[in-house]
This record gives sequence, structure tokens and C-alpha cells, in this order.
Amino acid sequence: MEQYWQKEIETASREQLTAWQNERLVNTVKRVYENVPYYRAQMEKAGITPDDIKSIDDLHKLPFTYKSDLRDTYPFGLFAVPMEQVATMHASSGTTGKQIVAGYTENDLAIWGDICARQLAAVGCEKTDIVHVSYGYGLFTGGLGLHRGARRIGAVALPVSSGNTARQLTIFQDFGSNILCCTPSYAMYLGESLEEAGIPLDKIKLKAGIFGAEPWTEEMRRMIEKKLGLKAYDIYGLTEIMGPGVAYECSCQKGMHVNEDHFIIEVIDPDTGEVLPKGSEGEIVFSCITKEAFPLLRYRTRDIGVVNYETCECGRTFCRMSKPRGRSDDMLIIRGVNVFPSQIETVLMREGHSPNYQLVVDRINNLDTLEVKVEVTADVFSDTVANLTKAEKKLADSIKSLLGVAVKVTFCAPNTIARSTGKAVRVIDNRKLH
Amino acid sequence: MTISQLSVFVENKQGSMSGIAEALAEAGIDIRALTIADTTDFGILRLIVRDPENAKKMLQEKNFVVTVNQVIGVEVPDRVGGLAKVLRILDDALINIEYMYDFLAIKEEKAYIIIRVENNAKTVELLQQNGIRCISDEDIVF
Repeated sequence: MEQYWQKEIETASREQLTAWQNERLVNTVKRVYENVPYYRAQMEKAGITPDDIKSIDDLHKLPFTYKSDLRDTYPFGLFAVPMEQVATMHASSGTTGKQIVAGYTENDLAIWGDICARQLAAVGCEKTDIVHVSYGYGLFTGGLGLHRGARRIGAVALPVSSGNTARQLTIFQDFGSNILCCTPSYAMYLGESLEEAGIPLDKIKLKAGIFGAEPWTEEMRRMIEKKLGLKAYDIYGLTEIMGPGVAYECSCQKGMHVNEDHFIIEVIDPDTGEVLPKGSEGEIVFSCITKEAFPLLRYRTRDIGVVNYETCECGRTFCRMSKPRGRSDDMLIIRGVNVFPSQIETVLMREGHSPNYQLVVDRINNLDTLEVKVEVTADVFSDTVANLTKAEKKLADSIKSLLGVAVKVTFCAPNTIARSTGKAVRVIDNRKLH
Repeated sequence: MTISQLSVFVENKQGSMSGIAEALAEAGIDIRALTIADTTDFGILRLIVRDPENAKKMLQEKNFVVTVNQVIGVEVPDRVGGLAKVLRILDDALINIEYMYDFLAIKEEKAYIIIRVENNAKTVELLQQNGIRCISDEDIVF
């Protein structure tokens, strides 16, 4: 039996969804025009007023919002309510320059709780279940987002937060956690730790896992499911739009349902900005239509994906977005496998290496090669070649087991990895494909 | 009865060695012996210097990755067969040498080698039992 949190909304007809979207978009545009000087200026520059936006068919007339707009208005320039109505804030540590600050009113938090509850219901969460949240708690949206969802649904919200792996395993066994929420790489690590500790799967009660906040593959999904003995679900979100729960996977696992009563999704050509026909692959763009404090319109996510409007077998009518093929600006495809610098970074952090690294991609004899250059640290360094070579090999093996792609690890001297304006140059692609 | 050795990570590219040599010179560090192990990707420069702990600090301040560890300095009779005799003792005891290099003579008719093994204490004891002298930091004349 498919479980829903708000069945009448999650299975509403397309006509009903469109009617909600039309009304909510028109109201939101009016509200930001009146309350956010930056948005008003942008709309004036584009030669439009709220009167030009009569329905979602007019959405394409609105200018895009880019990450750079968020930086330009840092910290609170795009807030659409006065500070006395802001209930809380979250922030994402942008890799480029300033962080992004998102504000939430009480009503925004209630909606966020609802959309995370929809995800929890879809994975079969009951009121008696213990929802073990191993996302970080704090300014990061992961921890508190799923926590609010678990509270909303009436399950036990267990704020374990990230880190202290031995303790996580103890809680699995002693408390009997039923649903695990964390990043896929941490889920993998927990699974490996479980194996290393020799804890058999019948000692833990995990039935489902909700994993997101970083790119992961179907291979990783299968490995996590095997290692932790649960069914793994993908959740999508970004701080700029809400946090986790913007889109969620149902039991059919054929794409993530976009919460269309709160967000409008568009797929555009990243180069021209044109809206692409339904079913095309392109950059995902979101507009918030119910958010009060921080309602971004036509936000360029840089995520590349496809949207499917066919009704899902689970009964939900919300369209489904594919697992993003990755951020358009940093994904690499190595021998057909998607590789994200963030995945490699995760391994480096986990194994105590320097966070200063660089990926060098090349194509030799028609085969892609990936070299991971890492600045050697005093902890890893040794006076013998054997030890140092062993450390390189160990790291290469760890990266391979996560990515499924063989890499060559090379240690470099400190401060040799090129940095431009403070941000490391992460990827050098020497392949000549054109 | 061991001596302190300073090891420095060296990138396998032009100019790396002179960079380190200049840093050592600026820090006023006196070198007594050196060797370099090289692989296709990187090298490890090993040095016997005066005041290795201070040298380590000076190099770290200049962003080098450095470690100090203990190696054995063995006095070898400076004549044909001198080295073979020492190595035979280690070999018979199944002691594996990770690496070795020679060292400037500090007395006439004596040669010295640096050896790196897994277990310093056991190796030094074995050599001394066989009448072979091992030197310490204090024996090194700068």
C-alpha cells in the first residue's frame, strides 16, 4: 500500500495543480515586486511589471535569478518579509565566495515540514518509527529539514547529526533506528564501518534510507542497500529553494516527484536560457510560489536533468525529475562514469588527507585517465618510498571503491596546487574531444 | 645508539632540489650526508644535518613536508670487504634493510654508512655483539 502524507494534494489532477500554480505565481510575483527592491529593479530592467504575469504561461518573461544575484544581495537583500517575521535561517557554504543565506517564516517551516513528511511517508515511515538523522545539524539544511519532517509525521525524530561513527552504529543497535537520513557517501561509510565492526545486519532494524545533498549513482544505491540492509531513496533539494524535500522519490523509484504545489520546475537550455520542450534534458530552474521569506523566482540551479510528466504508478501526479546528471559546471565523465570533485573530496576528508587536491583528466589510447593530485601532509609523509607508495595506493583504492573508476593518486608538495583568487582550480581536463 | 635523519618530500620537477638547498642555506643548516630516493612521481631527500629538530622547524615554516626519524650509523672498516662483513651479519639475522647510503668519514681509515631497518634497537644490539661500532648524534663532527 502506497503511503502519502497529503494524498489529496499529492494525487491532485493536473488542472488543479495548474490552477494552484497560476494563482500562487501571480501572488508571489506581486509580493516580491512590492517588497524586494532588487527584484523590482530586475523586472524593470526586463521591462515587465507584475501585470504581465497572469499565469504560468508567462513565467518565461521573468528574468532568471543566478547564484551571483544571491552574492550581490548578501546577506538579506532578497528577503521578502521584514525581520520580525523571519523565524529562522539556514546557510550553505558556497564554494565560490560568500555563503548563501535563506530565511524562513513560521509558515515556510510548516511547508518544509510537510514536504519532508511527504518523503518520509513515501518510504513507509510510521509514527512508531525512529528516524535517525545523520545529516549535520546547524546552518546546513539537511539535519533540521528531515528532523522537521519526522516531527510533522509524528515519528521519532532522532537528532544524531553527523560524525562519531562508532556511536552511530551503537544507536542503530541499541535504539533500533528504522529510517536513516544522511548523505549517500556517509551511508556508504556507515555500511563499511558496520562490516568492519563485524555487526550482522539482523542486529539492526533499518528499513529505509533517505539520501541526498550530493550526487550519487545507481551503483552506490545498490551497494548502500546491500551494506545496510535497507531500501535507499533519493531526495533532492537545495538551500536556495528550501533545503531537502524540493523533490522526493516514491517506491517506484523512477524519478523524484517535484512538490509542484510549492515549486514550479522548468528545463532550459543553459546556453540560451530558452525553455525546452517537455522531456528534453537541460538545466533545472525552480520558482518558489508559496515561500514567504526567501522566494526565489526562476533560480538557475546548474543541475542538469530531465522532467517526466507522465503519471507515476504510485498514484502521485507531481512530475518527476531525473536524478540530476550533476551540476553543469563541475561534473566530469570518466569512462562513462559521472565523477564529481565533491565525491573525491569526501574520501580525502575521511582518510585524513589534505583538502587541497586537483583532478587531471586525460585521454590516452582512447581511454580516459583520472589523476588525483593531493598535497602531502606531515601525517602521511614517511622517509621510505614503500610507505608513501602504500599510502598513495590505499587512497586510490578508496576512491575507486566509491566512484567505480580507477584513479592514479600523486602526492604533491604543499602549496603547489594552483589557487586562483583563493579558490583552488579543481579540474584540469586535457582531453581533446573536439 | 642511533642518529637523527631529516627527510623532506621533494616534487619530481625541475628546481625542487635547489629550492630545498636554498632553504637549508638560509636557515644556516650544515649538511653532513644526503641521499635521494626517487620514484616517477616524487622523491624523498634524506639528510644528516646539525640540529635536525631545528632544521625541521625552519623547513616547515617554509612549507616543506618534513619528518625526523632515527637511523643507524654504522662504522665500517675502510678496506675491501668491510661493508660485506656488516651486511652479512644483518642478513644472517634476517634483518631487512629498507635503504642505505654512505657518510663522510669522520676519522681516518673509517667509513660510515647509514642504514634504515625496521627495528633499530635489535639491529644495533646485534651489530655491537659482533664488535661493530654504531655512532650517535654526538659522534658526528660538524
